[in-house]
Amino acid sequence: MIDAIIQGILLGGYYAILAAGLSLMFGVIRFINLAHGDLAVLGAYIVLFFVEHFHLPVGWAILAMLPILAAIGWALQVFLFARTMRGGFLLPLLTTFGLGAVLQNGIYGLFGADAKSLGNYLGNLSWASWKLPFHHSIGKLPGYTFIAAVVILTVLQLVLSYTKLGRAIRATSTDLEAAELSGVDAKRIQRAAVAIAVALAGIAGAALASRSLVSPYAGPAQLIFAFEAVVIGGIGSLWGTLVGGIVLGIAQNLGAIVSPQLFQLAGHTVFLVVLAYRYAGWSSAITLPALKFMKGSR
Amino acid sequence: MLTANNSVRRFSYDRWTRAGKSTVAFSVFALAALALAPLFLPATAVDRLTTLWVYVLLAVIWNLLAGFAGLVSVGQQGFFGAGAYLTLRFVEWGMQPWLALLGGAIGAGLIAIPLSFFILKLKEGEFAIATWVLAEVMRIIIMFDPIVQGDTGNSLIALNSYDPDFRRNMTYWLGLIFMAGFLFLTFKLLRSKTGGAAQAIRDDEEAARSVGVNIDRTKQIIYVLAAFGAALAGVVWLASAITFVPRTNFGIQWTVFMLFMVLVGGLKTFEGPILGAVIFFTFQELFSNYGVWYLFGLGVTAIMFALALPDGLWGWIRKKRGGDLLPMGTTLNVQAADVAERASSPG
Repeated sequence: MIDAIIQGILLGGYYAILAAGLSLMFGVIRFINLAHGDLAVLGAYIVLFFVEHFHLPVGWAILAMLPILAAIGWALQVFLFARTMRGGFLLPLLTTFGLGAVLQNGIYGLFGADAKSLGNYLGNLSWASWKLPFHHSIGKLPGYTFIAAVVILTVLQLVLSYTKLGRAIRATSTDLEAAELSGVDAKRIQRAAVAIAVALAGIAGAALASRSLVSPYAGPAQLIFAFEAVVIGGIGSLWGTLVGGIVLGIAQNLGAIVSPQLFQLAGHTVFLVVLAYRYAGWSSAITLPALKFMKGSR
Repeated sequence: MLTANNSVRRFSYDRWTRAGKSTVAFSVFALAALALAPLFLPATAVDRLTTLWVYVLLAVIWNLLAGFAGLVSVGQQGFFGAGAYLTLRFVEWGMQPWLALLGGAIGAGLIAIPLSFFILKLKEGEFAIATWVLAEVMRIIIMFDPIVQGDTGNSLIALNSYDPDFRRNMTYWLGLIFMAGFLFLTFKLLRSKTGGAAQAIRDDEEAARSVGVNIDRTKQIIYVLAAFGAALAGVVWLASAITFVPRTNFGIQWTVFMLFMVLVGGLKTFEGPILGAVIFFTFQELFSNYGVWYLFGLGVTAIMFALALPDGLWGWIRKKRGGDLLPMGTTLNVQAADVAERASSPG
């Protein structure tokens, strides 16, 4: 039980990296990128490609992947998203969903159907752990992933709060027209934000490939988890994605104790209950105490 | 210029156009021909055409949601799969298999009613992902049923006891009836008051709300109808494929197909998705051997259409010929004192 909770918290770090990109992108360009999970998987495959073919150490491979994914994000915003955004909310959603299908099948076509993992290239990191009192332990890899998540969120927070780019991003996401009137090049800012978001997806993909197997069709599930983390933590809040990710991770790991199938179902249930509570105004006798309990446990 | 002081001498309104009448006549003729087709066509062609009915159903319901109600659902595969699952369940309980197919579709449609109260509160992308999560939840829940056997799935073996030719033709006719019936229902709905409301929402949701269109009610009707339609498609697919595998029947690929058909055929019209389904069917026949690169191409094509022709092929044809084949609005004929003007309501 306690092990499941510890693992859930650490898993939340991974979800936070994934969700931060989704949230940032949603904040700036106002639509949910349904291909976010597939971009993460693409990042994972690019890292795997560098490691397998150029024998780069995993860390360097991740560093080499980042500019590639950022460039992809930049290009997507220029050639795809910006064009569809003129036609209301419908086309961007449809386009990113189509992009997801393109990425999944493209990855399958280029890299094959085999599920792959970075685990083999990480030495003893994938199974080593720190010992805790009372026979509990923390896996080193999930631990580092969690630390990475906190570092990434902190850097993002600092960039958003104190740099010129960050101020422009916040201005654009609050009121695009007002930002433009104040001399912000909103189009450039949107491109930069999407580039950062896609690069973050790539980091998340690398984390995913380190802790488990990835396959070309793994993306949609990751998108769902990321979005669940965003919603549970509260849309628009950076640290909320970490809280949401942790709640999601704990729910999943507790569910998995009962039955492996409950891993996903428990996460989905928490997500739907939060949605129902927050948006549909359900405050029935069942959901309210449950939520109070959850809030208390944060 | 028309003014109120009795310059309008006479007016009349038409709910039908000439093109509309000939389209209906042609459709009735085509349906009659298609109904007789199994008696002449080879078995494989009958099987193939049955899948076309499935595609048409899927395209039409997805366009109802996205085109008319502004609801991007990524989870219609949930109802597609639920219809098939409920059929298996009902057969297990001893229901006659052909009846169980209809029962499964109705049952899955009924699930949508309670869900609609919750899910329609969500907007845009949230709605999209929540429908997806619901479809996943449905899949996980039905996998707890022993007859599904987890990932293995099950088959509608009850249908195997029939003569293969009889089964094939029955499935074909069932699909044809479901498709034609659902198209008729959709057509009637779109021409009704609800349809007027749906078209108003399609054109501008805010404006529709401000003139008193009951948006929630309209969306609810469309959501439930679309769930029922997806379930009809799901049971026809089950009758045709016999096997039921949760990850296939509840698979996200159905939504990719719907997206392709509707974007290529044309969002927001009655005719567009039907055209899209026929194109998709043709592509499927010609290129599906290319495997993933074919699916890759489908996605790229859908994106290209979203960028270059957001109203799809039918939207383009419609602009060229200046109207729908089947009239969705009302044509107002006004004879003024001097000139006869024809004004057409939007639709």
